[in-house]
Amino acid sequence: MALARTSGEDTTGEGALVAALRAADEGVFRMLVERHTPAMRRLALTFVRSQAVADEVVQEAWLGVLRGIDRFEERSSLKTWIFRIVANVARTRGVRESRSAPFSSFASADEPSVDPDRFQRDGAWASPPEPWERLEAAEMRRVIDATIEALPLQQRQVISLRDLEGWGADEVCAVLEISEGNERVLLHRARSKVRAAVEEHERGAT
Amino acid sequence: MMLRAPKLKCQEVVELVTDYLEGSLSRRDRRRFEAHIAGCPHCSEYLAQLRETIEQTGRLREDDLEPAVLDELLDVFAEWRRDRL
Repeated sequence: MALARTSGEDTTGEGALVAALRAADEGVFRMLVERHTPAMRRLALTFVRSQAVADEVVQEAWLGVLRGIDRFEERSSLKTWIFRIVANVARTRGVRESRSAPFSSFASADEPSVDPDRFQRDGAWASPPEPWERLEAAEMRRVIDATIEALPLQQRQVISLRDLEGWGADEVCAVLEISEGNERVLLHRARSKVRAAVEEHERGAT
Repeated sequence: MMLRAPKLKCQEVVELVTDYLEGSLSRRDRRRFEAHIAGCPHCSEYLAQLRETIEQTGRLREDDLEPAVLDELLDVFAEWRRDRL
């Protein structure tokens, strides 16, 4: 059965969180920091690629959240709003940082997911995927991590937010400011490459 | 009368897996996709591998926050609160 990944967002009680932040409630701030900071840092790192700068981005973003909380209109979830701030701060820093990767162009639709040589002329498998039996899960995760790291920027961002963080497509589109169609193409390219990399390692494993 | 849709080829199936998993195929295409998977052990394996990849990717998440980072952010908060009051 096809299952769309729905966003696991729970916005119930968000009004109370926002009110508590406006009232400068340290306990609520601390809870939000503990909940979101690891993912904020990972998102920042997709833009800036230096741990130190990522930490600065996270700090600047939290300050932006505090300074902007009075203006937050709850048109998106608090989480989406917070991560949009992270993306904006990180984007600005990423442009300033000469080391950062340039924005990649839109994913091209004609990039094949599987090497065309693995199919017969009629489109049936010539060299079909073999069941994975050799790679240990931890080794598989190491390959996945390294492959994601090497993906073009937008593919890396989309697969990280969707499959690593477990976000819904709607949240990813809102934070990265991309269309649903583009998000799906980027996710498809990224997942296909990661699967192919695991397969390659599986074949090479002894 | 409905026209019978041409059968999907394996090479097409591997390009549709994400749309399938995202639930964004039309009803007709989803039926074609599922019919192909049901009859093709190779594409069925491909789909299983993609699901395994997604599953393992989700396990890469680590949600530990270093105490020093938390402390710095609480300092930012305290400063903001001082300015605000």
